[in-house]
Amino acid sequence: MSWLMNLIFLLIVAAVVAWVFRFAGQKITGNKPFFRDMPFAVAFGYVVGLLVLIGAVSYYFRPVEVNGVPAAGVIFFRWAVQGFIGFAIAAYLFRLFGRTVGTSGTRKLFRAMPLTAAFGVLVILIYALVSIFAGSIAPYGQEEIFANANIVPGGNPMMGGDPNFPLGTDQIGRDIYSRLIYGAQNTVGIAFATTCLAFFVGGSLGFLAAIVGGWLDQILSRAVDVLMAIPALIFALLLMTIASVWSNQLGIDRTIFMILIIAMIDSTRVYRLARAVGQNIVVMDYIEAAKLRGEGMGYLIFKEILPNATAPLLAEFGLRFCFVFLTIASLSFLGVGIQPPLADWGTMVKDLSQFINFAAFAPNVATAPLLAAGAIALLTVAVNFVVDWMLHKSSGLKD
Amino acid sequence: MTQQLLKIRGLKIEGKSDEVWKPIVNGIDLDLKKGEVLGLIGESGAGKSTVGLATMGFTRDGCRISGGTVDFDGVDLVTASAAVKRNMLGKRIAYVAQSAAASFNPAHRLIDQHTEAPTQHRLRPKAESELDGMGLYHRLRLPDPDHIGFRYPHQVSGGQLQRAMTAMAMSCRPDLIIFDEPTTALDVTTQIEVLAAIRDIVEQFDTAAIYITHDLAVVAQMADRIKVLLRGDEVEEAETRAMLLAPREDYTKSLWAVRSFQRPAKPAVSTGVTPIVSLKNVSAAYGKSPVLFDVAFDIHAGRTVAVVGESGSGKSTTARCITGLLPPSQGHIEFNGEALPLDYRKRSKDQLRQVQMIYQMADTALNPRSSIGDIIGRPVQFYSGLTGSAKRKRVEELLAQIELEPEQYIDRLPSELSGGQKQRIGIARALAAEPQFIICDEVTSALDQLVAEGILKLLAQLQDDLGLSYMFITHDLATVRAISDEVVVMKDGRVVEQGPKAEMFQPPHHPYTDLLLSSVPEMDPDWLTNLLNGRGVDNIGDAAVGKM
Repeated sequence: MSWLMNLIFLLIVAAVVAWVFRFAGQKITGNKPFFRDMPFAVAFGYVVGLLVLIGAVSYYFRPVEVNGVPAAGVIFFRWAVQGFIGFAIAAYLFRLFGRTVGTSGTRKLFRAMPLTAAFGVLVILIYALVSIFAGSIAPYGQEEIFANANIVPGGNPMMGGDPNFPLGTDQIGRDIYSRLIYGAQNTVGIAFATTCLAFFVGGSLGFLAAIVGGWLDQILSRAVDVLMAIPALIFALLLMTIASVWSNQLGIDRTIFMILIIAMIDSTRVYRLARAVGQNIVVMDYIEAAKLRGEGMGYLIFKEILPNATAPLLAEFGLRFCFVFLTIASLSFLGVGIQPPLADWGTMVKDLSQFINFAAFAPNVATAPLLAAGAIALLTVAVNFVVDWMLHKSSGLKD
Repeated sequence: MTQQLLKIRGLKIEGKSDEVWKPIVNGIDLDLKKGEVLGLIGESGAGKSTVGLATMGFTRDGCRISGGTVDFDGVDLVTASAAVKRNMLGKRIAYVAQSAAASFNPAHRLIDQHTEAPTQHRLRPKAESELDGMGLYHRLRLPDPDHIGFRYPHQVSGGQLQRAMTAMAMSCRPDLIIFDEPTTALDVTTQIEVLAAIRDIVEQFDTAAIYITHDLAVVAQMADRIKVLLRGDEVEEAETRAMLLAPREDYTKSLWAVRSFQRPAKPAVSTGVTPIVSLKNVSAAYGKSPVLFDVAFDIHAGRTVAVVGESGSGKSTTARCITGLLPPSQGHIEFNGEALPLDYRKRSKDQLRQVQMIYQMADTALNPRSSIGDIIGRPVQFYSGLTGSAKRKRVEELLAQIELEPEQYIDRLPSELSGGQKQRIGIARALAAEPQFIICDEVTSALDQLVAEGILKLLAQLQDDLGLSYMFITHDLATVRAISDEVVVMKDGRVVEQGPKAEMFQPPHHPYTDLLLSSVPEMDPDWLTNLLNGRGVDNIGDAAVGKM
């Protein structure tokens, strides 16, 4: 219970410091509005924030090794902070680059871009380049098996690494670095195709339901309700099991089935959004004007509704892409997704997952499965940053 | 005896757009004595509401007070601390917003919202505030004042809600109330009740008020003094009567002149001519609830028929029947003597082309993601099959016709236009189909008076040039007087009275027409007083009860 006592003590100290901080601020600045109108909660927040910062900095500078045993927490924390700062600097430079090079249009775009969005765009750009040029970037093939299995990442022979395999090899001796690069191609490419399909199907049906209404809307919406009532991952697993039988019988690649199944499940979410957005748009007078002009359904959907629904749909696209991506990774992790020997980040995490147990005493070894997991996390964060920015931009345009 | 209450000096307010602070209000001075009512008028964007809010030391998000002082009874609200303001607002300064429906919390009863401020400021216990609220409801002549407070906002009408909001502002007996366009969203008949109620209660409690509006006739009834604003600058300020009689500045004069626009009367239609559009005993219903009963009138070539009535009278529904969006349940519509298919989906492209519509809200009537060239070009291409440079030439012609410079506007988006310009684009889109008949649904009611006058003049000009027929839906009788040839008065889905304009503005009238006509505010500052005396004050209260 002592930690609880410590916490309470710390909070009391913070509260006192906050009060003193506000009081001193008021006295020193001669009652400037910033301090004068500051609620106590805000002052408390400043102090707690400062305490957390001090804690983080002191943790960062704790020794990496205690009595010959590596302090894994400190090591991982340092990596995280270094990565964070590194990416922030890269994003800043990238934005600076965008502000000085390019047409006036793109320069203006970069000028108004927050750092988070610059980071997101940069990461997505890198992923796109890596997956497109995977064949020429990767030093080895994704299926190539080498004699040395389980080489530790880091490339340091003292620690069990090998300079030829900077990120080590997996349990059957395939180069992890090459497989990460090919994984980008497989996982990201398939996720992108799936999301596009889900949006095409869900979007068109949603808009159609919004325009036509009545029984068509009822049938489509209730069908979607039924599909959404089934837990997505379990439903996908079930369908993948059936599909694996079919793929053997029909000789069609199982990946095709996976794309169709995930697209179908995710299109229900897109349908709901498109229908809701569409319903707000179809009541507008310009839709009525177009209807009275005698325009057909195609014109209404693609020329009148779609341009006005791009902002929410684009935002949803970003989120949906992450979900699809994670679903594929989970399915692969469970063994029914992308099939070996194709490299895939979900499978890589699964194959190497037992190494996470080494984290306490051999941080280097534990990174092997975390690399693929990190690649997934990084892309998810990046996409969300970009989506946030787009949402902010589109909502700002409206008023 | 009359002591200074509010003293604003050099008030400057800036708004942030595209990351740059731009001035909205450039140095306004304003004085208000106890118990005095100041009218603040100007077109939209003049900074009326911004000044009104700044009087409470408050600005909207994205705005800031960049200079000047707002001295309220010795306290500068610009630099006052949040605690001081908190103690002041609601208690000594109250605010009545334009849309009461949007300003009440729909989840709480009226009386609970009424008692919130006095309870919060510890003026009196809740039970006492409730009694006080009922008293105020009584004075504001709300129907059933002892029980109406226990309703939720959606259970009372717009005019009643506006009065309940005035009562709420009165709950702490403030020294100053800011009325921000409290009657703009109301019908003329309802407006009278609210105006009379506000004026009474302000007089009774000797409250000072700032009355913000763009309607001169309304402000003439309410204010002791009028201040005219234009783009954040003061144009002039004078006593109400003095300003009405002799405005000094050109801008004020132009505001005054707006109401005088009237097109010359046309000769009567000779009998036996086939009308362009003829409604034959049209009845219609939304689902099972009937909304139109036996509506019948004719619209002749080159003439304007104004359809008037308060909201809910079936004006717009009649338009929906003509366009075929709502097929009538009985009766039919003839176009040039031929029956139109009831449903617009069954009409031919040419039949659709002949009937065009211009909408009230230009914001929702134009696709925000299409350029002006596309918006006007689409019907040109759709109906006449023109493409490429021929289409562009036609669009430029149309833009010239609505008095907008083609080169400058053709590539813009609707959001880059002002309200009046958007409405002009709506007109151009209707013209692009080369119709014989255009339905104008409240086309000027969302616009400032000067801009609205420009639109009316344009429509009249187009009618003369192209021989168009208009059906002009409106609740503003000044507009009717300005543009119509014939008038149709509607109430509760029925045509109450119809005839040529000259006849309609001469007595004798149907009682409802009479009520409508007499409810239109006039520029005479004694108008409201005379009207109330004429009707008998109780009559207003009765009218309110009748509107339940």
